[in-house]
Order: sequence, then C-alpha cells, then structure tokens
Amino acid sequence: MIEFLGVYRQHLDDWLPELLIACIGTLELMALSFVLASMLGLAVALMRVSRSRLLQGVGIVYVEAMRGMPALVILFLIYFGLGGLGIEWLKFTSYQAAILGLGLQGGAVLGEVFRSGIEALHHGQMEAALSLGMTPATSMRWIILPQAARIVLPPVANYAIGLLKDTSVCAIIAAPELMLRAKDIASSSFRPMHLFVLAAVLYFIMSYPLSIMARWLEARLARGR
Amino acid sequence: MPAEAPHFWAVFWAKLPYFFSVLLGAAGTTIKVMLGALAVALTLGLVVALLKLARMQLLRAVANVYIEIMRGTPALTQLFIIYFGLSDLGVDIPPVPAAIIGLGMNGAAYVAEIYRAGILAIHEGQVEAALSLGMTPVDAMRFIILPQATRLMLPPLCNYAVSLLKDTSLASVVAAPEIMFFARQLVTETLLSMDIYLIVAVIYLAMSIPMGRLVAHLERARRAWQ
Amino acid sequence: MDPLLRIVDLHKRFGETEVLCGIDLEVPRTQKVAIIGPSGSGKTTLLRCINYLEKPSSGHIYIDGALIGEKQRNGAYVHLSDRELAKERAEIGFVFQRFNLFPHLTALANVAIAPRRVLGLGQQEAEARAREMLTKVGLAHKVDAFPERLSGGQQQRVAIARVLAMQPKLMLFDEATSALDPELIGEVLRVIRQLADEGRTMIMVTHEIQFASEVADRVIFMDGGRIVEEGPPDAVIRNPSQARTRAFLARMSER
Repeated sequence: MIEFLGVYRQHLDDWLPELLIACIGTLELMALSFVLASMLGLAVALMRVSRSRLLQGVGIVYVEAMRGMPALVILFLIYFGLGGLGIEWLKFTSYQAAILGLGLQGGAVLGEVFRSGIEALHHGQMEAALSLGMTPATSMRWIILPQAARIVLPPVANYAIGLLKDTSVCAIIAAPELMLRAKDIASSSFRPMHLFVLAAVLYFIMSYPLSIMARWLEARLARGR
Repeated sequence: MPAEAPHFWAVFWAKLPYFFSVLLGAAGTTIKVMLGALAVALTLGLVVALLKLARMQLLRAVANVYIEIMRGTPALTQLFIIYFGLSDLGVDIPPVPAAIIGLGMNGAAYVAEIYRAGILAIHEGQVEAALSLGMTPVDAMRFIILPQATRLMLPPLCNYAVSLLKDTSLASVVAAPEIMFFARQLVTETLLSMDIYLIVAVIYLAMSIPMGRLVAHLERARRAWQ
Repeated sequence: MDPLLRIVDLHKRFGETEVLCGIDLEVPRTQKVAIIGPSGSGKTTLLRCINYLEKPSSGHIYIDGALIGEKQRNGAYVHLSDRELAKERAEIGFVFQRFNLFPHLTALANVAIAPRRVLGLGQQEAEARAREMLTKVGLAHKVDAFPERLSGGQQQRVAIARVLAMQPKLMLFDEATSALDPELIGEVLRVIRQLADEGRTMIMVTHEIQFASEVADRVIFMDGGRIVEEGPPDAVIRNPSQARTRAFLARMSER
C-alpha cells in the first residue's frame, strides 16, 4: 500500500496537470452534448405529445432506436460508419462524433423525461390556457413547459451524471477527454492501476456535486415546490 | 471503400450472411456477460441494500461509500481498473470474468437502491397486520412483504437489465469476445464499417426493444395493481 | 339584431353514449342563464362545447352571428386553425369548477398572462389591468400570492379576475362553487352576483338553486342530454311544469 502510494508521490506532479486539462475536455464534451440532447429532447417530447400521428411515430422510432443501442455502437456508427462512406460532409472528427453521438442518444433519454413531465400536468392547465384564447403553442410555451421544467429537473440532473460518465466511452473513438489521456499515460508509464484509479477519483470529483444537486432537487420536489 | 450506393448495397447483401453468423455467435458471449453480471448485481446488491438498512451506522456508511463510488465513476473506468489495473498488480483475470465482475459490481449499487426503495415502500402497517394475525416475522416477510416488494421492484430491475445489456458492449475494450469485439475485428478485416455497425445496431435493438416492451408491460401491470 | 349566442341542433357523443341529443338555444345580450339538472345531464358538456373545449359531434354554435370552432368554405364546414380558434375563445370566458389557476404564476401574473400573451398588451398595461380586476374581486392584497397560498374561494376569485381581464363578451361558469368548502361559497357567489348586476351576459351551470333563482333571468333544466324545461326562475323553479323538473328540485331541497 505504502509502495503503491509512493508511486503517486513520485509521479503525481507530472500526471495531474495533464489529466486536469483532459478533464476540461470531458466537461466540454459533456456540456456540448447536453445542449444538443436538450434541444433534441424538447423536439422529441413535443413530437410525442403532438396531435399528428406521423410526428408521434417519428418520435417513438427515434426514442426506441437511440435508447436500444449502446452508446458505443452509436459512436462507432457515426465515427467509423459514416466516416467510412467516403462522403466528405459525413466525415466527423472524433470530438464532433462524440458530441453528436452522445447528444443523439441523450435526445431520446431527455425526450422521454420531458414527455413524462408534460404529461404529469393536469389537463386542466392546458384547458385553462386554451379557454383564455391562447393557441396550443402559446399555452405550451407559457403555461405547460415552465411547470414541466420544475418536475423534470431531478431526472435531468440524473441524466447529466450519467452523461458525464458516458463521455468516458468516447475514449474508444479517441475523442480528447480524461479516459483517453489516462489510457495514454498508463501505456507510456506502465502504471495502469495508478492512472485508472486517479481517473476514477477525478470522475468522482466531477460527478459528486451533480449527485448532491440531484438529491437536493428531488427533496425539494418531494416537499412540494 | 464503397463510394457509390449500388456498390455499397451489393457488398452489403453479399456479405450479410457471413457478418450475421459471426456477430450472432458473439451475441452468445454478450448474453453470458449480461446474465453473469446480472447475477452478481442481484446478489451483491442485496447485501448492499441490507447494509444500508442496518441499524449500525458503520454498516450503513460502508454501503453508502460503495454506492457513491460505483455511481460516481464510469463503468468503463471500473473495467479498466479490474482488467488492466489488477493485472499490473499481478492479478490476472480473463476478459469475460473481468467484465462480469466489473459490470456486476457497478450494477450492485443500482440494484441495491431498487431493493431498498422496494422494501421501504411497503407500509409498516403490512408487517403489523401480518404479525397481529399470528404470523412469525419470517412468515410475514415471506408471504406478505416479499410478494409486494417483488411487484414493485420488477419493473426497475428489468430496466436495469436493459441498460446492462447495452453496457456489455464496454466489455469489448477488455477484449471479451462479444458482439462489439467481433464487429471491430470484422471491420479491420473488411473495412465495411457502416454495414457491420448497422448489423450490430440491429442485433442490439432486437434484444433491447423486446426487453423494453416487457418493462412497459410490467410497469402498467404494477400501476393497475397499486 | 342577432342573439349573442345561438346553438343549433347540437349533438355530442362520447363513443357510444350520446351526452347531448340536439340542443337548440338562443341567449340575447345581457341575459343571465342558469343551467340546472342532475349530474350526467350534459350541462357541463354543453358549456364546454360553447368554448370548444369539446368538439361537437354535430350542430353549430354562433357567437355574435359568427360560427365557433369552424367556418364555412364553399358551402362546407371546416375546422378552424389553432390561431383562429384561439381568437374566438379569447372572447368567451370560462370559469372552471377546479379553478385551474397556473401554479407557477402569482395571482397577478395569472390574471396578466392572457392580456399579455393573447391580446399583446405591454407588461405594465397588462399588470395594471390585472391589478384592477383583482381589486374588483376583492383580492387587491393578494396580488403577489401564489395559488397554493390562497384559499379555494380566493383561487376561484382569481380565476374570475383572469377571465374578466380578457373583457369577454360571454362568461361561462362551470359549477364555480362545487369544489369549495361551504363557508367559502358566499364570497364567490357575491362576485358573480356583482358581475350579473353589471349587465354581463353569462351562462352558469350550478347546483345553487336559490342563487340561480335570484340572479338568473332565465333557468334551463336539462336531463338526459336535452333541455326539458326553461323559462324565468319563477316558472321553472317555483312552478315547474315537467315532472322530471319537480322530481329534481325535490331531491335538491332535501339536501
């Protein structure tokens, strides 16, 4: 044990700065795919609660497909699959593919979260808005979505935690983030245990505040706004 | 590389049976990893749940630390620690067992929370009613609490199983010979990445969508029952 | 001059069951109509059809001579777009049994939101109007309260102010006091009576027979999806001609 920790004392000064920089890549990746997932999720949720059968169907197919596949498969399809078709505009860098892949999958997850938030509201809210002369779109914007947003905050925070951890998978397509850097240093230093434990610690430090926030949001919602 | 569409489809159809036979063979390992990890998660999860419900604060703390660590770090990192990390320390675990242990330990944290929520959701009035009828605590657990808790826990447990199925794809990075592992080999062999990963997607969907349907069904049944 | 509201042969079916079986009704301006009848008689559905919250199965509704929820094109009736329908609804106020206040908005914002988002008033103007309406229903001191902090009676008064702020041509009250504790009913009835005295056109579905006989110019008794009897309160309530009306009124007075 002492010996194990001794290695850290010797090398931490070299490793830590590099890994911390990689953490920025991880957080960036997470933030950008979160934004993409939120936008897609909102679109999917609105499709699924719309009156059009066609839009509902498209929403369902999207959600089923994206949630049914491992993130790894989606990433490979985008990065190697599309990249291998020989079409210039379908060639993405690993970083772009990572954002796109996680965002596409997150869109399905958040789509379902948003939809259940919207459907949790009493239908009287929509009726009251319509009876005042609002269009369905205006009602959605000013009455339904602001209330749904509150309900979905805890599951969205939980999704964000999952997303943070899922960014590690992007190392496999060599997107610049923490796990990739840890792997690189591990193979050059021949110290895999030390580096992967260090990576785990860093992931934990990034995710723990999120999980505290998620719990706080859950408690707040349980108490009733 | 298939630059034109007709060529792409021609190759796709010609190679389809071969790809499918290789990948479906690998699906056996995927299922093996999934079931193995599920068994580990269900068992270890029960231990963690009981620790979390224990009266001793130390035991509760142990459970909490376990859950926080497992949920706060990526499964991939955990797999790397178990496979590459331990081998560095002289403990060599073959790929498939490593994947089963890694995914199972990771899952135990989730499963423990499901168990705990299920047990806590049963109103204490149920135990009191059973005891007042003259049942022993064991009888009450066996005939009153567990049947109710099972119905509550089944949908989230199945949900977990679906996400576990998808997580088995991570086992490819520790060289467990499952679907993704063979898919990557086929791609290196033939360079037909789009074709192969599409087939992989179809195989995963063929497994996960029926499981998802089952969850939805159980969820409806549970709501009707409540 | 056209009556303000005209309903022609209105039918509404939910699946197999016909809830409204041919309603014909005309309501002139400033008339106050009370609709009474046993539960399941179709009175709430009728009210909801007037606001197009329920789509009629057949028949037509006109406000000020204009069709509600549909329009005629080349002789055929076609449904209105969301925007056109919203425009029509803006002129009809609907007070719900369960208030349906927006829980994420203060009392003031509840009243101001439709003037702001539907009529397009500026924020200050909308809020000034909302304040005025809340004062009118006696809630000037509650402008900043969220619905959860208000009693049922206060919530319903905010809901009425919310409707008033749209300056509707016609106000519909769907059992506005049935969800309230007995001691809170009075304050809401007082507000409705005040509005009636101002000469507004209103239709109220109610179980308050006494109140209906005092405030309404005209009482309609519905049963089984039909208008069974109608006329001034003195006739329908004090001297009903139909056996079904008498039976219903007798049951109500037993309570």
